[in-house]
Amino acid sequence: MTDLDDFRADTRAWLEANCPAEMREPLRSEADMCWGGRNWTFQSDAQQRWLEVMAERGWTVPDWPKDYGGGGLTPEQAIVVKEEMARIGARQPLYSFGISMLGPALLKFGTEEQKRHYLPQIARGEIRWCQGYSEPGAGSDLAGLQTKAEDKGDHWLVNGQKVWTSYADKADWIFCLVRTSSESKQGGISFLLFDMETPGVSTKPILLISGSSPFCETFFDDVKVPKDQVVGEVNKGWDVAKYLLGHEREMISGMGLGGGGSLGAAVKPADPLLRAEIAAFDVDALAFQAMSERFTAMWKAGEAHPASPSMMKYAGTELNKRRNELVIAAGGSDALEWDSERSKHGKAARDWLRSKGNSIEGGTSEVQLNIVAKHILRLPGA
Amino acid sequence: MLLTDDQKMLQETASSFLSEEGSIAKELRRWRDCECDDGFGHALWKQFAELGLTGIAIAESAGGMGLGATEAALVLEEIGRNLTPSPFLITATVAARAIEGTQHAERWYPAVLAGEAVLALAIDEGPRHAPEETALEAKRQGNGFVLNGRKQFVAQGSSADMIVTAARTSAGRDGITLFAVPTGTAEVENVTLADNSRAARLTFDNVALDADSVIGEVDGGWAPLARALNAGRAGAAAELVGVAAGASAMTFDYLRQRKQFGKLIGEFQALQHRAAHLYGEIEIARAAALKAAQLIDSGDERAELYVSVAKAKAAEVASLAVREGVQMHGGIGMTDEHDIGLFMKREAVLGEMFGDVYYHRNRVAELSGY
Repeated sequence: MTDLDDFRADTRAWLEANCPAEMREPLRSEADMCWGGRNWTFQSDAQQRWLEVMAERGWTVPDWPKDYGGGGLTPEQAIVVKEEMARIGARQPLYSFGISMLGPALLKFGTEEQKRHYLPQIARGEIRWCQGYSEPGAGSDLAGLQTKAEDKGDHWLVNGQKVWTSYADKADWIFCLVRTSSESKQGGISFLLFDMETPGVSTKPILLISGSSPFCETFFDDVKVPKDQVVGEVNKGWDVAKYLLGHEREMISGMGLGGGGSLGAAVKPADPLLRAEIAAFDVDALAFQAMSERFTAMWKAGEAHPASPSMMKYAGTELNKRRNELVIAAGGSDALEWDSERSKHGKAARDWLRSKGNSIEGGTSEVQLNIVAKHILRLPGA
Repeated sequence: MLLTDDQKMLQETASSFLSEEGSIAKELRRWRDCECDDGFGHALWKQFAELGLTGIAIAESAGGMGLGATEAALVLEEIGRNLTPSPFLITATVAARAIEGTQHAERWYPAVLAGEAVLALAIDEGPRHAPEETALEAKRQGNGFVLNGRKQFVAQGSSADMIVTAARTSAGRDGITLFAVPTGTAEVENVTLADNSRAARLTFDNVALDADSVIGEVDGGWAPLARALNAGRAGAAAELVGVAAGASAMTFDYLRQRKQFGKLIGEFQALQHRAAHLYGEIEIARAAALKAAQLIDSGDERAELYVSVAKAKAAEVASLAVREGVQMHGGIGMTDEHDIGLFMKREAVLGEMFGDVYYHRNRVAELSGY
């Protein structure tokens, strides 16, 4: 038995003893996902217990250092935890932009005080974060953002507007890109953290074509932010933002499989031409799955090109859109029902419409292709 | 899914050997323009042997390297990148696997290891790949068999010293038997294909073979054939990834050099996005080919599924690479003088070999239960 085998056996036993049966059921809907935060209401005792025992062990973030609320595990051990959770169908105890996006940026760019203050709250699910990046005039051209933070000596004064802020209406804190200098486009941006309850912050949900409102417009009107809430250096926030976008793209690219498994086996297409298209999709999905495994291994080993998350994000999201198109095609008129119980309140149609945003949010497909052309292929003028 | 240090070393060896000795100018164009029968160089095949590569799949106890499909894939990607004509895929990986563990291995392995023998594999009987429908009849007669029927698309068949041939001895999948058919028995027509490789058409007109020519068991041909097909399909997928990589590298270079409208054409976003898309697709195809090879090597039950995924994906992507390659090169891409068209021809042949995109998509559907 190797150490890793021992670790696996221990992990298996611990999960068996501590993961509530209810938390081994597949998610029935988005409402079953636990996001934590100051205003979170647990759906059940089991959901609360599961988060608490996992956070206690540091396993909401198994590979973060123990000092910051993590499990202190090696990458190999963290994979074992993931595999053993998958083995019993255990739900993710906490969904969190703090874990997937802000945390890695703080680990890399934060001061020791910032890490000790913010990371354990993220790991325990006590603070729910949202991301303030896009603005009405700065979408694909993100660095053109105009939300201003003025240095008022003892605080920053923030004014402006963000858009596409995921769950801003439910979040406790925001990590936000602001303009602290107009002298340079990318070199005048800073990365600011602040409480969404600060006076002057307001949000307004945006109703999407899918009928849901995961995004908001967020307004800042003379918002006072303490000076020590900048991550990294003032005017060097673009480096933090780019690093964080890499993580976001990595996360979004993972959605390409839409829950995994063969699409054809799930929908059993009767029409031979549709079957052929679905078979072509399944080939691409399985090939992309191999790519995801290879990318993850190479990324961890430092062998992947720094711009490769853009390639993954592009391929994964385009694949997910295609999957949803085919689900709609295979479902026929059943898949067009919007409200019925029978259709799980229009799940197929709503998922299909929601998937259209995959290749827009986190940098459009076109922006990802620009990045690959410039940084990987080194094409001229790109 | 990372390569080991040994695998990286083999990749480097293959890369420098094939880019130096197996280049388009040194090999493909030379053998195409000399009107020789084989379409490849025996001297280069000897060099493969000196590096141990002809024995890549042969056990160490038999004098080979005893390596797996993953290592073969690394070599084949370099072969694809350089369009090197050679018997490596069919002789060293496919046929060597088909005769593994039989008396034919003892008979042929030494000559293969020395780079002196070429082996081939005869499966297809019509223009499309359908090994399950093998119809070439092998009837018992006395102590042996009499074969009647035909085969085609037998790569390097006319150069081969022995052809592993799938024949029907009874009905169904369990009714297939593999025979070691020596030269001078079946009638051989040497056919030149679009990429200048040779693929024989074989006619069996009452060809008598003795019982010793059976490979393995009578009616037991499916298992070794499936092993050989897995090796061939995964290998062809890897070679296709190399073809795609070679063609795209040439094309991306061209985008960085060619000027029109006073600009480098690589500055045009219409081309940048197509190039970036192609880059990603090649990475994905490589991951699929590697995954298929690794599953074969670990004896995983998903190997067959992933072999078909890899063959379908690699052929689709290589086809995209050569089509974009010729188009982005413009007029020069249509000339025989430029190498990009050679990639297009090789892709077409490899894409067809061991089943085309449609064959393997259908297989993925069937193996997935729909």
